[in-house]
Amino acid sequence: MPTLDIHAPPAGPAGGFPYAGSNVSLRERAYRIRRHALRMGEVQGQGYIAQALGIADVLAVSYFHALRHRPDDVHWEGRDRFLLSIGHYAIALYAALIEAGILPESDIETYGTDESRLPMSGMAAYTPGMEMTGGSLGHGVGIAVGMALGLKRKHSNSFVYTLFSDGELNEGSIWEGVMGAAHWQLDNLIGIVDVNDQQADGPSSAMSSREPLHERFRAFGWHTQRVDGNDIDAVVAAFDAARAARVAAPRIVICDTQMAKGVSFFETRERNHFLRVEPGEWQQAIALLDETFSGKTL
Amino acid sequence: MSTAQTTAAPKKRLATSAMIASIATADQRTTAAPFGNALVELAKSRPEIVGLSADLAKYTDMHIFAKAYPERFYQMGMAEQLLMMAAAGLAREGTVPFVTTYAVFAARRAYDFICMAIAEEKLNVKIVCALPGLTSGYGPSHQATEDIAIFRGMPNLTIIDPADALEIEQAVPAIAAHEGPVYMRLLRGNVPLILDEYGYTFEIGKAKSLRPGNDVLVVSTGLATMRALQAAEMLGKDGIGVEVLHAATIKPLDLDTIMTAAGKGGRLVVVAENHTVIGGLGEAIAAGLLRAGIAPKFRQIGLPDEFLAAGALPTLHDRYGISTAAMVQQIKGWL
Repeated sequence: MPTLDIHAPPAGPAGGFPYAGSNVSLRERAYRIRRHALRMGEVQGQGYIAQALGIADVLAVSYFHALRHRPDDVHWEGRDRFLLSIGHYAIALYAALIEAGILPESDIETYGTDESRLPMSGMAAYTPGMEMTGGSLGHGVGIAVGMALGLKRKHSNSFVYTLFSDGELNEGSIWEGVMGAAHWQLDNLIGIVDVNDQQADGPSSAMSSREPLHERFRAFGWHTQRVDGNDIDAVVAAFDAARAARVAAPRIVICDTQMAKGVSFFETRERNHFLRVEPGEWQQAIALLDETFSGKTL
Repeated sequence: MSTAQTTAAPKKRLATSAMIASIATADQRTTAAPFGNALVELAKSRPEIVGLSADLAKYTDMHIFAKAYPERFYQMGMAEQLLMMAAAGLAREGTVPFVTTYAVFAARRAYDFICMAIAEEKLNVKIVCALPGLTSGYGPSHQATEDIAIFRGMPNLTIIDPADALEIEQAVPAIAAHEGPVYMRLLRGNVPLILDEYGYTFEIGKAKSLRPGNDVLVVSTGLATMRALQAAEMLGKDGIGVEVLHAATIKPLDLDTIMTAAGKGGRLVVVAENHTVIGGLGEAIAAGLLRAGIAPKFRQIGLPDEFLAAGALPTLHDRYGISTAAMVQQIKGWL
């Protein structure tokens, strides 16, 4: 069996890092992902926008720093896989796929409408670059275990990333996957947990997804890190460390995020799993985002 | 209890059948572990085939594959949700996973994971499950009396209920060659061999007539076909002609063949299955008959809509109507 170094440092476009050396900063990518998501929200008049705004920095680091992929070939065998377990975050992933050049910007106008490639909950058959059908929560980690095993069978050096959430940790199937990944020593599996402490009926910390999450994953045998998921430098460092760690174990990056990050009047609104937005507020939010990014203030 | 009974010699009670008890009777020809051996044989030429089980490899004949190809076998532990998700992931990466557990656990515990991770994405996973219907004496925890009813509603899923060892051996390469998810009921251990006497060849989606008969048409599947053939022989001795039409593929169901046979005038039509009378082959055929405007006298042989008792399989098959003798008695009563 040939031994491949799965911990090799990022290479340029030929190695599957299409945006290596880009002049566009990760901060700008995250801003643009938020902007795409707000535009999709405006099309529908609704959407899981607070989650999208919260996870935008993590997705910017994923698609513009960590993941090996080819925007014009979503099935490229050498890509790192990215599994969105939390199907309702699809609006956020679509925004990242648009920013990454995998989907055209014109798809924004179709979000959540009949015949669109961008349904409200993510499904593999609908959207180029969507690697699994999520939405029935608790599936991503287990599927990632199978894909990581499959990649090892092929002597592939690709990673499987899977994004799930603190609320999703209520699901017992997550923990079957967590145990399986550790048992099989899947060092090619990187889990990302979005910890925004909010789920349908209230705060996750008041349900069974209790702290200390870091210690819980460590006890299950995972290489564990916890970062501020809205601190791009910290997320970059954590993803780099997750790839580079020379331990025969799956890796988890627990990301604490702020719901609705970047749009202050959403951030301070009554916390809710499904943020209510009035029709005129989408444009106000985009204007605020634009001014914040460009350094001006309202 | 009457005095007469208490003073009589105690009747010997049959013991609960062992978990891995064969359903074969003492006088039947059998083949050992047809599934495990067929999978090992197929895997020689199909390197993409992998095997998974959830702490039931030994009880599903998967251990034979695991021994032959240890590097292609994944023991997932007692975690049926992970079993199905991991199979989905392995299929996504180009393997053809054969997954085994008990039918109760696949149908009841892992349904969402089969539905969304495998069937919705049309992944090439073959789910092969032991203890279908009433083939365990351990009671409802192990008796998958409603697995077909549960799975029939799942789009994209092909459902197969083999009758004997020959059919299992032929079904293994057939389902491996089939693109898409398959649920197959498994008879394991020493499995009766009967269909070789009927010149039978398994094809996915095809119901096949095994013997002719002018008075009764029995459409059957799984081990009920074995019993139906035995019942037909016994009824023949009483001058009652019974055709047995074996429908191993329950979904997609070969309604063309079944409707043609059912439409051949005047015969009693009986559907026999090792499954509750709710939601299985019987109701599928009843709906087909109604849609086709064919109205024969129609009866079902199947398990009652109850949680069944624990006990010895021969006792239970008699009690719940799927033994050969019980089938003969029911059919005679309907004529």
